[in-house]
Amino acid sequence: MQAIGPNPFLFIGAVLFVCGVICMTTKRNGIGVLMGVELVLNGANLNFITFSRFTPLGLDGQVFSLFVIVLAAAEAAVALAIALNFYNNHLTIDVDRGDELHG
Amino acid sequence: MSSAEIILFWLFAALTCGGAISVCVSQNVVRMAFSLVLTLGSTAVLFLLLGADFVGATQLLVYVGGTLVLIVFGVMLTATGPFTRIKSSAADGILSGLIGVIFLFIVASTVTSVRWMDTDKEQGVASKVAFGTHAKAVEGGFNPAQQGNTTRQLGLSFLSLRPDRDLNLSIPSASRKVPNTAPVVPGSPVMEMPEASASEPKLSAGYLLPFEIVSVHLLVVLVGAAYLARTKRRTKS
Amino acid sequence: MDTLLAANSLAEYLHTNGVPFFGQLDESTAMIVAAVVHVALVGAWFGLPAGLFIWAERKVSARIQDRLGPTRCGGKFGWLQSLADGIKLIQKEDLVPKDADGLMFRLAPYIVVVASFVGYIALPFSDGWAAMTLDVGLFLTLAVLSLEVLGVILAGYSSGSKWALFGAMREGAQMVSYEIPMAICALCPIITAGTLNLNEVALLQSGGAWNWNVLHPFNFFAFFVYFTCATASCKRAPFDLAEAESELVAGFLTEYSGFRWSLFFLAEYASMFLVSGLAVVLFLGGWDDGLGIITAIKTAFPDGLGNFIANVIGLKVFLIKSSVLVCVQIWVRWTLPRLRIDQVMTTCLKYLIPISCFLFAGTVAYPLVLAKMSGQTSIIGAPAGERLVQPGVIREIKRVKSTGITPAAVKVSAASPEGGQP
Repeated sequence: MQAIGPNPFLFIGAVLFVCGVICMTTKRNGIGVLMGVELVLNGANLNFITFSRFTPLGLDGQVFSLFVIVLAAAEAAVALAIALNFYNNHLTIDVDRGDELHG
Repeated sequence: MSSAEIILFWLFAALTCGGAISVCVSQNVVRMAFSLVLTLGSTAVLFLLLGADFVGATQLLVYVGGTLVLIVFGVMLTATGPFTRIKSSAADGILSGLIGVIFLFIVASTVTSVRWMDTDKEQGVASKVAFGTHAKAVEGGFNPAQQGNTTRQLGLSFLSLRPDRDLNLSIPSASRKVPNTAPVVPGSPVMEMPEASASEPKLSAGYLLPFEIVSVHLLVVLVGAAYLARTKRRTKS
Repeated sequence: MDTLLAANSLAEYLHTNGVPFFGQLDESTAMIVAAVVHVALVGAWFGLPAGLFIWAERKVSARIQDRLGPTRCGGKFGWLQSLADGIKLIQKEDLVPKDADGLMFRLAPYIVVVASFVGYIALPFSDGWAAMTLDVGLFLTLAVLSLEVLGVILAGYSSGSKWALFGAMREGAQMVSYEIPMAICALCPIITAGTLNLNEVALLQSGGAWNWNVLHPFNFFAFFVYFTCATASCKRAPFDLAEAESELVAGFLTEYSGFRWSLFFLAEYASMFLVSGLAVVLFLGGWDDGLGIITAIKTAFPDGLGNFIANVIGLKVFLIKSSVLVCVQIWVRWTLPRLRIDQVMTTCLKYLIPISCFLFAGTVAYPLVLAKMSGQTSIIGAPAGERLVQPGVIREIKRVKSTGITPAAVKVSAASPEGGQP
């Protein structure tokens, strides 16, 4: 992939990251927020792999992205359990409705 | 370098970005979930294109086949009737889109202003080395010495063995603090052992401890998620 | 990544030798041509067994139920019946229900088909006869197979029917759960062989039936657990809860008709063959005939026509073995009653996962115990691939100059225990 170089990959990573952040901030659906987190983590992963390919970061980048994938799976499981609990208690998944601690 | 790979790269780059944007834009949560599938699957292909076969396969197995199925389940359990579409206001959408474009511009201009090639001492350092039984397999002729065969090295690094560094296989010694005297012949797997001496530590750090921590963490998450999502027994009143 | 499309040998051949009338092809054109050839070959094999096995299933089920089955179409045994069915299905109207989410309803069958088609990418049909000899072969195959469930859930959800939704939920829960013991059991022969490359796994078992992984004490049981899970993950009876017609009409297939319905069936039969092929490669010696005939031919003629003939014989052996396993799946389907959904989940979560974990641990411990008993000082003495006892391996793999990197590295790390954490 010498002809392409790291920059296009990093740009895709940036797009994923920005989309994830926008998704996290604007979605009112709790699971939509969770999807935003997944997008951000994937943007980071893509950067790790790109640097492992094009810079002396080497194998460490791949190891890090493996850890990120595993931790993202764990995070999704817990967040989903919380979302389902939220749904059970409020009968909606709209995160704006979870405001009873709002003084 | 073949033009086929460049075509594939642009194809899957477009799929990744398009999927990510449609996750943002779409208001239907089910559509969002499947745009996310598209994005993450295309990212896995980009990983393969970058010579990280094992990570790409892990992305497919754990992320797309596991995590996303879980999320789709969550969507199906909660997206009943009116909750399928929870709309934000139009002003919010325009504002966030504007902020997103500015943010993307900042990030992208930062990224492209760095000349990464200057840090590039030896290209594709992680993935070019035939190692162990794989070296013999390459010699045997039925497994081409292709890039991207990082499975064994990844496994060994999880056991805190770092053949890619300690055997002086690929990393140029200049970029490391570890002094290695053996010459590096580019392209050929030089498999010299560094001289073992008691004075200085020769072996690089691996990832055994983080690996164990992650294993325990997964167990904790398993128990925690099962606890959170358990059926509540309603007290009779 | 130069070999993304694999096809290495064919691409290189086209690149160096050229094609008549066209001369030499440049590298990327050669790779694309080779990829197209491989896709055509695998695609033919993707469609062919579906037709054959659907016919076989009808005949076998008929015989089991003391009927005749198809007899008219295409001669005495009705062997053109699947073709006739296919023509009929293609002619049918492509219906999309009013409540369905049109785009996703149309998309779902393709996801299922692509998932089970891409699964063939690393499956070796004979020595080196794989579309791609990947170092992560088995891992990638399992990963791609796990995508099939997404298409099923999508089909069920977008149909806009409660039967389809229930079927998809059951199916999703079942397939995700059964993937775990299936993957763990598929890893047992991987531990024995020391490589994820399916071609190497099969090659390590060649030379005679006594080399097959299924005779390894732990892999023997792993084979049966794997096969059970594979049957479940292909949504075959007795695990076909998703299509339980007595309660759910046809599960996630309820709203589908015509060509899209037949795509689901194509995918089902193709993945039946795929998991059976994986079982053959992992446990039953791959293309090895069990008597050493292929090995003898290969030893006599190391390359050229003799080797090619040996490979063709190996291909046939592989196909026969896989087809026998598919027939076992058919046999099981028509003789066992369907389980209830809670029984299906109990079988997986309470029995198969603990059993497979035990087998996995046993497979890991087995060579270590053997090494201890035979008096080796280092338990990780030989490189992983050499742990398997192999009296008659065909190709004596030439040693690289610096043999034994693994023992050396292990010795160093054992000698300096602080080495791991500098």
